[in-house]
Amino acid sequence: MTDTKELVKNLADKYGRARESLIPILQGVVQEERYISSEAMTEIARELDMSAAKVYGTATFYSFLDTQPRGKYVIRVCKTISCSMKGKNLIIQELEDLLKIKVGETTPNRKFSLLETNCLGWCHKGPAMLINDEAYTELTPEKVREIINDYMKK
Amino acid sequence: MAKQINLIIDGMPVTVDEGTTILQAAKKLNIHIPTLCYHDDLCVAGNCRVCVVEMKGSRTLPASCATPVAEGMEIYTNTIKVRTARKHIIDLLLSEHNARCTTCYKNGNCELQDLASEYKISEPMFIDLVPYKNYQVDAFSPSIIKDDSKCIRCQRCVRTCEELQHVSALGVAYKGDKMKISTFFENPMFEVVCTNCGQCVNRCPTGALIERNYVDEVWQAIFDPEKHVVVQTAPAVRVALGEDLGLQPGEIVTGKMVTVLKRLGFDSVLDTDFAADLTIMEEGFELLGRLKKALVDNDPNVKLPIATSCSPAWIKFIEHTYPEYLDNLSTCKSPQQMFGALAKTYYAQKRKLDPAKIVSVSIMPCTAKKFEADRPEMRSSGFKDVDYVLTTRELAVMIKQAGIDFGSLPESHYDSIMGVSSGAGVIFGATGGVMEAALRTAYEVVTGREVPFNGLNITPVRGMEGVREAAIKIEGTKPEWSFLEGVELKTVVAHGLTNAKKVMDAVRDGKGKWHFIEIMACPGGCIGGGGQPIPTNEEIRRKRAEAIYREDAGMPIRKSHENPEIIAVYKEFLHEPNSHKSHELLHTHYKARQRY
Amino acid sequence: MSSNFLRRVDLIFDKDCDFKQVLQSAYKRNNDEIINELLESGLKGRGGAGFPTALKWKFTSEQPESEKYVVCNADEGEPGTFKDREILFQVPLKVFGGMAICAKVIGAKEGFLYLRGEYRFLLNELQRQLDIFHAILDDLKIAFRVKVVMGSGAYICGEESALFESMEGDRGEPRNKPPYPTVSGFRKKPTVINNVETLVYAFMIFRYGAHKFKELGTADSRGSKVFSISGDTPKPGIYELELGMTVDQFVQEFGDGDTKAVQVGGASGFCVPRKKFKDTIIGFEGVPTGGSMMLFNSSRSMYNVLHNYLEFFEEESCGQCTPCRVGCQQLKLGIEAVKRGDKHANYLDQLQKLAQTMKITAKCGLGQSVANSFFSIVENFKEEMIY
Repeated sequence: MTDTKELVKNLADKYGRARESLIPILQGVVQEERYISSEAMTEIARELDMSAAKVYGTATFYSFLDTQPRGKYVIRVCKTISCSMKGKNLIIQELEDLLKIKVGETTPNRKFSLLETNCLGWCHKGPAMLINDEAYTELTPEKVREIINDYMKK
Repeated sequence: MAKQINLIIDGMPVTVDEGTTILQAAKKLNIHIPTLCYHDDLCVAGNCRVCVVEMKGSRTLPASCATPVAEGMEIYTNTIKVRTARKHIIDLLLSEHNARCTTCYKNGNCELQDLASEYKISEPMFIDLVPYKNYQVDAFSPSIIKDDSKCIRCQRCVRTCEELQHVSALGVAYKGDKMKISTFFENPMFEVVCTNCGQCVNRCPTGALIERNYVDEVWQAIFDPEKHVVVQTAPAVRVALGEDLGLQPGEIVTGKMVTVLKRLGFDSVLDTDFAADLTIMEEGFELLGRLKKALVDNDPNVKLPIATSCSPAWIKFIEHTYPEYLDNLSTCKSPQQMFGALAKTYYAQKRKLDPAKIVSVSIMPCTAKKFEADRPEMRSSGFKDVDYVLTTRELAVMIKQAGIDFGSLPESHYDSIMGVSSGAGVIFGATGGVMEAALRTAYEVVTGREVPFNGLNITPVRGMEGVREAAIKIEGTKPEWSFLEGVELKTVVAHGLTNAKKVMDAVRDGKGKWHFIEIMACPGGCIGGGGQPIPTNEEIRRKRAEAIYREDAGMPIRKSHENPEIIAVYKEFLHEPNSHKSHELLHTHYKARQRY
Repeated sequence: MSSNFLRRVDLIFDKDCDFKQVLQSAYKRNNDEIINELLESGLKGRGGAGFPTALKWKFTSEQPESEKYVVCNADEGEPGTFKDREILFQVPLKVFGGMAICAKVIGAKEGFLYLRGEYRFLLNELQRQLDIFHAILDDLKIAFRVKVVMGSGAYICGEESALFESMEGDRGEPRNKPPYPTVSGFRKKPTVINNVETLVYAFMIFRYGAHKFKELGTADSRGSKVFSISGDTPKPGIYELELGMTVDQFVQEFGDGDTKAVQVGGASGFCVPRKKFKDTIIGFEGVPTGGSMMLFNSSRSMYNVLHNYLEFFEEESCGQCTPCRVGCQQLKLGIEAVKRGDKHANYLDQLQKLAQTMKITAKCGLGQSVANSFFSIVENFKEEMIY
């Protein structure tokens, strides 16, 4: 059994095989593998005995259920108005320079992915970003450098 | 009786059952409200919003298809507010749609085009979004072409694939401006669980899902003097073709169709019904053979129930979904393929033709037949047994292209050989028909008497119920079939793959104790096939089925084994049902496929 | 707070509250009493739509089905709103308490809290608080359990029926209504779905009585409200304020001295320009809000603001209905074309008409409310749209 197969099976054991378990299982795959591969979706369809197209349709609906390979650390910078007003573009610029990738891309070592996202709910402390589940707020280019340096060491 | 609700639509009072929608209530008053995502056969989606109406006291315009009536409701279906909203919505759909109608396969048969015309949409009101989209065309399938640039996202196809067929090869993916109708991972339809049934094609309001057409290839063959082009016509085509040519649903056009095919230039116009009779012989004896193995030889390996194999979408469905039951399928090819195999062997010999120069064309109510003809198993003659499969709709296209006034054509008879058939062959086109045809022959083979039903009409297996069970007690057997004496032959008939799934689940769970299963992939059987004229709904399908049974009742021969051409083909070529030669040409095998 | 106009209130974050005692005393009252108390308070849903909470509970309680649910909508996704995060962070027990009281009234054994994926970092602490809550319930012999369900990044799931779809494992696509959740909600069973803040207010009404809440606010907008304040303000943050203030009063307190517009209610809310500050009341009689207040000073381009909102909607529309899916794209491309000069300025009128159609024909509240910001920004800042 491949790792992905085993992961999906374990998640299905944990959450059950009813339709309601689909999103928790998809989330579980993302937590583990950072994205949901075609193999993972096929396995989920098998475990839950549902159409693969429906698994795909559900996964692609949700921005956090990535269906493309992502790095170990997924950076999501809020692009909604308050953060945008507080200098989101500078933050993106800094991240692009540091990671040498553009928004939407993943570093060749598969460590970081850089994405933009809609309102993160930190409008009073913009600009804000998530790195995986962790929120970082009141960002400045300096602060971003420190944060990314820490992650690079991880 | 349901609770009665009184409401007023456009000033007219109407009383309807509780739970009725505004759309249905308006229909009762003969008020036509335009719709796009709504379809009689499917659950309500309420997503296109074309059917909005004004409701007194409501800030918003509710979608009439999705809103149940309420006591005292006042509805207005044609106000400035409603008209403006509908026009906007049509304009929005057009802005997202590749509206190059003149080069569209569905030009003239498109619900969006009709609406645009009805609302006299002239200059585009909004910005053309097509250049901003990365629309894809999936033309890999031999049966169905999916063109996203024509899609209006009404989701009829998605609901069809899920509700009627339990296949869900198509789903909705992404959201917002990226939302689209998609297969798993946007793989080609050809590579996923799609059964090619074409029910989505039948319900697509635009040209987003169409059959792959082979009209030009067939014209080429017809006009090639080197080629001898034979054409076979499936049973369900003769009761539906007229609908595409200005006639009403339920008109039988067999004779006109034969005439027109000759006029189009086919060298020989033959009948799939002949092959349907042949199928009955092969399949009937296969059933009896399996029963004997089970009852007399106590062979533990014999596979019962036996399931019919005429419907190629059903075959692909079972290959994907119940591969462990492939041995339960009859090994008989479908009538189309039996015909194809004989056309380039038996027919070629008899007519002294070089099979390499025969082009075999079939007219089918079906899109899956295109896939079937392409299967690698379907080359028993040493050639591709059936070269081109045209749907009923494609034939109508050819007739129009040839400038023939179909309605005024005289009738003529099929050519021979392979043009004679029985009523049993005709009813193959309707759900329950294969079962009925098989019983007419099998019962008589075993008992020497006709089936004990008035006028040979085995009514328990007819109808539009999704799953129908029937049992027939075998009594007074001939000596060689005495092992069947007193046996109650249990049968079940299902149409639509969702119903097929119910039957197969019952078989798997040991709940369905049947000997013989008939499955047709499409609602109503082939008369409701994915290649039939558009639109379709239960009423139209019922009329086509009634026509099929009328045609049967009017045939001089009603039983497959009495068809003189069938008797001849066994005598001259095949020797006997399930003979070695039969197996070589008329039987096939199946392939387990991925379910997910 | 030192304002002459704004009364700061402390009902929501008030930690001086014997949680167990409030719950116990509420459970001793009969359901009619509870509903009447809530009705008396005038509490309306705090998510933005403003449906009377007491009626939601009442309607659901009247359904004959035995299986019912209470769901807390913590899918706070409206741009400019972040108060639910703070409430869940600071006083989660009160949220659960509100759910427990609701569960008693409607007869639910199970409750769910749907937490937006962006707030996953709250999950561990919420689970810990849930354990505490469940222990208290066990103590009080109350048979009720709450489970946290995680969202995954879809604004539309804040729409109640879309949220149920998501909980059921599907795409978050709003359903046709009727039926409403009180009849057919989660798992198609009668369901009360309330915003995080609403549930806390409900709980606090049983702590202090309806009068305490009713004393605050105006006839149409009773009580106080937690505001999420951001944009061009020297003091962004979360404030609980009495309802009924004018935008002018609000701007005097929170503006930076150069406020030209306030967006009340987030991207789906209304833009109030300076000239209307004095006449506009924040509440159901004026501009309703789920709590999002964004201030813009004169350095800001309202074109950019609107463009940002439209980009947001274009992506976050579920995509199923025509007016919202295509309308959002057209509005965005339309203002771009006018700005570039590719379309004449009067194309904006055409777009306004389109927005009007979206407002009355879209399937759900999201699609309908796109028109709010579009109208109010285009109408009040037309020059900025063109030049």
